[in-house]
Amino acid sequence: MNVDWTPEQTAEFNRRRRSRNIALAVFLGALVVLFFGITVVRMIK
Amino acid sequence: MVNFSLAAATPGGPAVVAPPGVSFAEWRDYLALLKPRVMSLVIFTAACALLVAPGHIHPFTAFVAILCVAIGAGASGALNQWYEADIDALMKRTANRPLPAGRVAPQEALAFGIALAVGSVVVMGLGVNWLAAAILAGSILFYAVVYTVWLKRRTPQNIVIGGAAGAFPPLIGWAAVTGDVTTLPWLMFAIIFLWTPPHFWSLALFMEADYSAAGVPMLPVVAGVGPTRRQILGYSLLLVPVTLLPWALGLTGAVYGSVATVTGVIFIARAFAVWRNTASLPAAMGPEKALFKFSLLYLFLIFAALVADRWIGA
Repeated sequence: MNVDWTPEQTAEFNRRRRSRNIALAVFLGALVVLFFGITVVRMIK
Repeated sequence: MVNFSLAAATPGGPAVVAPPGVSFAEWRDYLALLKPRVMSLVIFTAACALLVAPGHIHPFTAFVAILCVAIGAGASGALNQWYEADIDALMKRTANRPLPAGRVAPQEALAFGIALAVGSVVVMGLGVNWLAAAILAGSILFYAVVYTVWLKRRTPQNIVIGGAAGAFPPLIGWAAVTGDVTTLPWLMFAIIFLWTPPHFWSLALFMEADYSAAGVPMLPVVAGVGPTRRQILGYSLLLVPVTLLPWALGLTGAVYGSVATVTGVIFIARAFAVWRNTASLPAAMGPEKALFKFSLLYLFLIFAALVADRWIGA
């Protein structure tokens, strides 16, 4: 990415991107657990 | 702190402008798009209906139903913020939201809202039942299209008709358990529907300057404070008898009846105090602030009483 940022701005950008990526990973993990749970409940029924 | 923005500059100082395709948003910004405070009321009323409804639901299915209601409400909030970014930028209360502050791009917010809306409806259908999913889809469309796009900027009755959007969750909670919708959930719908105008108009009275600056035709802006106060009283006088109907029709017991009667008397007394007030400055609008605060407690107590009545009476 060719942008004219100071080191402080680059560090802040990286921190924000990391926080978004962690949130996305947690969300996807939660979705897997959710579908697993729905499947188990449906099978019990 | 580094001032990242998609806009050229913000009041906090010179901003770093985002190159195309680069997002400056934090996870908190996406959470803010979901309007978590509004979500809490929606979750509460849906959960109450779920607990009041007759029959059995697996605890995990109940959790999925509430989660889908919450995500669906959040999706409505994101779509609402996407459409209203221009007026949010003009109001002090909303100017720092992710879109007007430039931390999230409009197309990101739109995609986020649509993805959550579709996802919540599909998961509700697959995991709970398709009637609950259909009502959820209807409530999202009602809030995002009927209220946000059609009504909010066009009519001072925006809150009245738009209030129906916030009244859907009890129908969803009930349908999740029983697979149908009977008299009691419709009465719960009517309670929230009639509660919305006094609640929001009492807020709009002391926040009138904000709405006026943004050009939103809220009733105090268009009709003035006097007619708004009369409408608040009118809707309050309609609301309280409707809250008593579940008891009068024998759908609930004395626990609910007592709570609805006592809190209803207080609600009407506060609405009368608003009606009698003649102040036009926010600083002198004590009765309006009191009614606004009490209206939140009132709705909480009414729905909590429905649950208590069902479980104590069972």
